[in-house]
Amino acid sequence: MSTFFAQHGSELLVKTWQQIYISAISLGLGIIVAVPLSVVLMKFKRIAKVVIAIASMLQTIPALALLAIMIPFFGVGKVPAIIALFLYSLMPILRNTYVGLTDVNQDTIDSARGLGMTNMQLILKVDIPLAMPVIMAGIRLSAIYVIAWATLASYIGAGGLGDFIFNGLSLYQTDLIFGGTIPVIILALLTDYLLGKLERKLTPKGI
Amino acid sequence: MVEKVPAVEFRDVSKIYPKMKNAAVKHISFKIEKGDFCCLIGTSGSGKTTLMRMINRMNSVTKGEVLVDGKNVKSFNPVNLRRHIGYVIQNNGLMPHMTIRENIILVPKLLKWPKDKLAGEAQKLIKMAELPESYLDRYPTELSGGQQQRIGVVRALAANQNLILMDEPFGALDPITRESLQNLIQNLQVRLGKTIVFVTHDMDEALKLATKVVVLHDGQLIQVGTPDQILHHPANDYVKSLIGEERLSEAKYETVKVKNVMLTNPTKIDLGASLTDALTMMKEHRVDTLLVVDNGDHLKGYISIDDLQRNYPKASSVSDILITKLGTVGPEEYLRDNFSRIMSRNKSYIPVTDSDKKLVGIVTRASLVNVVYEKIWGDKSRLQNTSEKEAK
Ligand SMILES: Nc1ncnc2c1ncn2[C@@H]1O[C@H](COP(=O)(O)OP(=O)(O)OP(=O)(O)O)[C@@H](O)[C@H]1O
Ligand SMILES: [Mg+2]
Repeated sequence: MSTFFAQHGSELLVKTWQQIYISAISLGLGIIVAVPLSVVLMKFKRIAKVVIAIASMLQTIPALALLAIMIPFFGVGKVPAIIALFLYSLMPILRNTYVGLTDVNQDTIDSARGLGMTNMQLILKVDIPLAMPVIMAGIRLSAIYVIAWATLASYIGAGGLGDFIFNGLSLYQTDLIFGGTIPVIILALLTDYLLGKLERKLTPKGI
Repeated sequence: MVEKVPAVEFRDVSKIYPKMKNAAVKHISFKIEKGDFCCLIGTSGSGKTTLMRMINRMNSVTKGEVLVDGKNVKSFNPVNLRRHIGYVIQNNGLMPHMTIRENIILVPKLLKWPKDKLAGEAQKLIKMAELPESYLDRYPTELSGGQQQRIGVVRALAANQNLILMDEPFGALDPITRESLQNLIQNLQVRLGKTIVFVTHDMDEALKLATKVVVLHDGQLIQVGTPDQILHHPANDYVKSLIGEERLSEAKYETVKVKNVMLTNPTKIDLGASLTDALTMMKEHRVDTLLVVDNGDHLKGYISIDDLQRNYPKASSVSDILITKLGTVGPEEYLRDNFSRIMSRNKSYIPVTDSDKKLVGIVTRASLVNVVYEKIWGDKSRLQNTSEKEAK
């Protein structure tokens, strides 16, 4: 254990940072795209079904295959990894946000509109706050996926904790495998915990 | 003279929802004056909500025109129009994620009122809702349904809206809570002089609250009138069924006029007749008094057997013993207004005279018996009949 830290301590910090960096950007992009997309899809229910079906399909592609597919288009490194993980993160956020928004009480919306809210006010002050718990559940789910799968990004040269694991596998060194896996698990749990706190903060009282 | 501009006017309005063949509302025209409490009533699907929501452009108008304050609603910006028209719906009209305070000042905030004015407004309105000020910081789920709807009602007044739309606002409340809210809205309406458009399918509610009742059926306008007009002159069986048997028979009793129950052949005698004639007539008709008329049939008074006996044969003519002091009723007067007067008189009847003082009939105590009988037993005997039928 201590030999692992002595040998790989500084490397561990760099790889963990890379893991966080790749995951955070992918997830951030996922949120930025999926949430507004769901809001727009609310207006076009029929198109919504198609889009959600496509997003589900993307999710069924094995992660390694998706990463490999990126190479001819974007080469190797962080960019293709982030694009692949971003595509993965879309689905849970998209579906949850869509369901959350659809489930907002129609009477509440009707009343808000009847009192004179603009469409934008309706989305920002009524729809999204009321759907917040469901949206956040989707984001938490995506976050865990993305952090776990970011490990595979090492396979196309994006770095991250996956480097330890892949090295460990090829060199038969279990301490490297654990040294990569345990921080990933801790990272995932910690993220979920922090997002849970954020969820409580963002969810309006009274619902 | 400048013509008064109605608060709302429908001009030949029809509404066809997209992809629907039939119109939800067909060729409707009527006016709602300022200060009216207008109830839209009809069975489910009759188009009440559709019609009401065209006023604040929550629904578009397919054909015809809807005018608010004399201007076509299409000429207003819909968002702005809605901010100046109160809106209350049956359920969950409050924003669950906002405190009562935030809910109440929602519209003033949208209208960008200054902060200090907002605080005062919230306090003023919670008082109006007859709820304690401490409730301002609660969330809607922490209030009972009735309390929530009180907030819903006052919220619709928060920006001094003069016109308020309410869609079955008390439909989900128990009868006692509903009544207290009806009183609240009625007081506010009278006190503040608001115009209210109120959708309901409860005729009792409509008759209690409305100054104008609009009856709809299948998207068509069936009748417009005051509660009295609707109650006493229902346009057709549909309106009658909305009112209900019990209320109708009650109303019928309320509207029985003197002419409906009077006897039209009273025993009467001419002013110039002799007392001998009078005595014969009394014997023939087995009565102890006679009404006295002149040759134009104008009622002059009455004579009684007591006076006749006492003065006979000193006096010889009816006019000699005539008693001119006697109460009368008019044929168009309501029986209910004269009931006790007729009953309490120790005479057995009261003469009915028209506006020329002509004698047209009498109301006897006996004829009142029938009316009372029908009022008290009318419904019950009907009930008994049906239960007998069911027993078989
Ligand atoms: N959004 C809509 N799209 C299509 N048809 C509609 C829509 N809203 C109402 N309708 C139809 O229009 C007719 C009138 O409906 P409306 O809601 O105005 O009735 P209502 O009198 O308010 O009934 P209720 O007492 O049940 O509320 C009904 O036949 C209804 O099915
Ligand atoms: Mg309705």
